[in-house]
Amino acid sequence: MPLATLDTAAKRWVLSVQDYALLTGRALVNLFRRPFYWSDIVLQADSIGIGSLPIVILTGFFTGGVLALNSASTLAQFGATAVTGQLVSLAMIKELGPVLTSLMVSGRNASGMASELGSMMVTEQIDAMRALGTDPLKKLVMPRIVSTVVMLFFLTIVSDAVGILGGAFVSSVMLGQNSSQYFHTAYQSLVYSDVLEGLMKPIAFGFIISTIGCYFGMSTRGGTQGVGRSTTQAVVVASIIIIATDFFITQIFITVFGR
Amino acid sequence: MTTVAQPRIDHVDTAQDQIVVFDHVSIGFDGKPVLDDISFRVHRGENRIIIGPAGVGKSVLLKLTNGLLKPDAGTISLFGHNLGEMKQRDLFTLRGDVGTVFQEGALFDSLTVRDNVGFRLAEEHVPDDEIDRRVTEALRFVELEHTLYQFPSELSGGMRRRVAIARAIVTNPKLLLYDSPTGGLDPITSTTIVELIIKQRDASHTTSLLVTHRLQDAFMLATHRYSHDCKCIEPLPEGETDPNTTFLVLNDGHIVFDGNTHDLVHSDDPFIRQYLQ
Repeated sequence: MPLATLDTAAKRWVLSVQDYALLTGRALVNLFRRPFYWSDIVLQADSIGIGSLPIVILTGFFTGGVLALNSASTLAQFGATAVTGQLVSLAMIKELGPVLTSLMVSGRNASGMASELGSMMVTEQIDAMRALGTDPLKKLVMPRIVSTVVMLFFLTIVSDAVGILGGAFVSSVMLGQNSSQYFHTAYQSLVYSDVLEGLMKPIAFGFIISTIGCYFGMSTRGGTQGVGRSTTQAVVVASIIIIATDFFITQIFITVFGR
Repeated sequence: MTTVAQPRIDHVDTAQDQIVVFDHVSIGFDGKPVLDDISFRVHRGENRIIIGPAGVGKSVLLKLTNGLLKPDAGTISLFGHNLGEMKQRDLFTLRGDVGTVFQEGALFDSLTVRDNVGFRLAEEHVPDDEIDRRVTEALRFVELEHTLYQFPSELSGGMRRRVAIARAIVTNPKLLLYDSPTGGLDPITSTTIVELIIKQRDASHTTSLLVTHRLQDAFMLATHRYSHDCKCIEPLPEGETDPNTTFLVLNDGHIVFDGNTHDLVHSDDPFIRQYLQ
């Protein structure tokens, strides 16, 4: 690759990071400025939160179930099937609940935001909104950020609960374990920092999903092809950043709380 | 050709009289200059038609005018405010006095015609009854009051453009910007749109900037007027043109002509002669 191409690519990448930081910063500042688009926030919360509920419930249930299946067969070798509940609850609350829910919501909503805002960009609707005296960062971006962060928080709690129930179903109905013991170990093993970690992650991931989705939507160029490109990029980038951020948050919690 | 048909609005060259001022404005994209050292003024009540070959930067000039783009060099003043020195927040407020008709209409496709036209009013928290009244009035002006609850996708291209005009005029702006309002339309629909623009111009005397690459539209604007008697568009008497309609011709990033209809058609500039032919 010629040096000039590398140079251009590097500059473009730095410019993208700068644009993303600016969009995020302005959207955050808008949280504290009037007008506050409550109806748009409720509309987005319905679309993002209630709309994602079925896929989050299904994903959570089967993830908890498959965790119980796999862990029970491994734990049986050590005669420790009694701690299946502990393993499922810790994995669901600390990692799989937040990450899988975020990835599902990212696939559904980061793509939705990028395509919706991207279509508006290429048809000059965003310019029209600005020309009509309305800030699209306030009207379109801010409600999406607020509703994604809030709804992902609750969706993760739902996913955690349904995942643990899925594990309980598999443990008791399919593997014949004692369900009371399952729930007892699942509850006993949890400490404050586990729950805190599991609740901090969706806040960070919700912010990532919405800002990445909106950024790619608002920077769409090149007609319908550009909209498709933005949609794909939004999902890919949001998913990668979610997984990378998960690693760092986990490391911080291990450093601070020791587990 | 004389220019006496309409009462000419006398321009005293004061700050209050200057609606738009471009002062040595330049802008480029990806290192390529698009507009270079552009200077002109639009006075209150003036209807400035910007013509030139495709891709010369006419739409860019309109986006610079309402601050959607920022120039690389030079200053732009709108209603006496230097756009370069304004905060984003203040720019949004200032744009409330500007109505813009975009090239393809740029209607919000997920909103009904009523919500599109009343968008600005809803943002200003105008009561619903008042919004309904003003939206219906604006739609009646463009003869589309029956489309109130339709979506833009259910309208034809010409109807969408008329709704865009209604959206631009519903707040009675001080300045109207038309970006190729007839682009991509058939000749009959184009004529309807131009007639609406003439009607709006002569009914409210709003200052406007209109971009077009269709010379027939430009000259129709200069040679026709709205008659309040017959409530129709009629040609001005032979040899007369609208005195408040002036032209700006762009070529290769520069202004090659800035003046009235008479001077344009009698210009000796080889490019203008070739362009007009």
